[in-house]
Amino acid sequence: MNWTPGPEGYLFIAIAGFLATDIWRWLGVIIGNRLDESSEMLNWVRAVATALVAAVVSKLIVFPTGELAASPLWVRLLAVAVGALAFFLGRKTPAIGIGTAIATLALGLWWIGF
Amino acid sequence: MTEKHGPPIPHGRGGDLPEKDGLPERTRAYWIGRGMLGLFSLPGMILLISFSGFAAFAAQSGIPMAQAVFMTGIIWALPAKVILVGSIVSGAPLIAAFLAVTLSSIRLMPMIAALIPEIRTAKTPSWALLLVSHLIAITAWVMAMERVQAVPRPHRLAFVAALGLTLTLSCMALVALVYPFVSTFPPLVAGCLFFLTPVYFLASIWSSARQRVIPVALVIGLFIGPFAALAVPDFDILVSGIGGGTLAWMIERAWRKREGKAA
Repeated sequence: MNWTPGPEGYLFIAIAGFLATDIWRWLGVIIGNRLDESSEMLNWVRAVATALVAAVVSKLIVFPTGELAASPLWVRLLAVAVGALAFFLGRKTPAIGIGTAIATLALGLWWIGF
Repeated sequence: MTEKHGPPIPHGRGGDLPEKDGLPERTRAYWIGRGMLGLFSLPGMILLISFSGFAAFAAQSGIPMAQAVFMTGIIWALPAKVILVGSIVSGAPLIAAFLAVTLSSIRLMPMIAALIPEIRTAKTPSWALLLVSHLIAITAWVMAMERVQAVPRPHRLAFVAALGLTLTLSCMALVALVYPFVSTFPPLVAGCLFFLTPVYFLASIWSSARQRVIPVALVIGLFIGPFAALAVPDFDILVSGIGGGTLAWMIERAWRKREGKAA
């Protein structure tokens, strides 16, 4: 079966999208229900969940899609580094880190004539 | 970002919060309202911006508007949707699209497994948790893990449900609204909008981490991610998560044991 813009497209999305995604959510509930809140196992699950999200984040930074794919890597890494510096100097306030990183990126892209 | 109620929660505490934690008594309706208002926050706005980007991507890929809205509600996780649209564009058969999407969604399992012990009580029925789990994707997870600490335990599930449902419905409405007006942004603006999502995840996970293992796992995952993407392109997220997470857990545990000996 292949996707079509017609009504069968919804069935394709329901199987390859909804089912493919929600089975993991349901398994997460089943596992989470058995975890004790102060257990070492939960500590490991937290570490795995955080490392997974971190890997998604670093892929977005290093291998972006869309317009940013055409930008040089050093501009993106500089934006993250300057943003991280501002975040720690600014007593770990998310808005300070995010604002500085985006401003650095915009300035860098403008500088290279993006 | 969140209002602080009562004494601050010390860092590194194992989540052993008492049922009565000195938070002011409020009604269920109050916490549902607070959950809904989560939309009007920095992460809420960043999420809406990300979904306008998705509407543009879906439109350019030839997905009808109704199906783009349907995907938003029924899948919700943005990376899974981007991969599904990518598979559709490349003409992939159902089984290939299913495998690509399901690989990207495995990460939801440990995320939800870590959230459930924070939001359930002894009386919470499993069906309620199964329903609410659909509303969790990265942004809702980060917001829930961060904000639920200020919510009394009996109201946490309602708070997370209200937060997740408001975010999902708002993004569905936004995709429908933005879709017809997909005009191309200048590259600089589009690039900065795209960059908001990763930078937001980094800053908010770090600032809301209550266990020391979280920043350790964040740094390790960040460094492993791109190398895993080059070495094992189809399983990189899985490898970085399990490998990097286990390494972070071992490092933090060894660190804790040394402190225990020194004390």
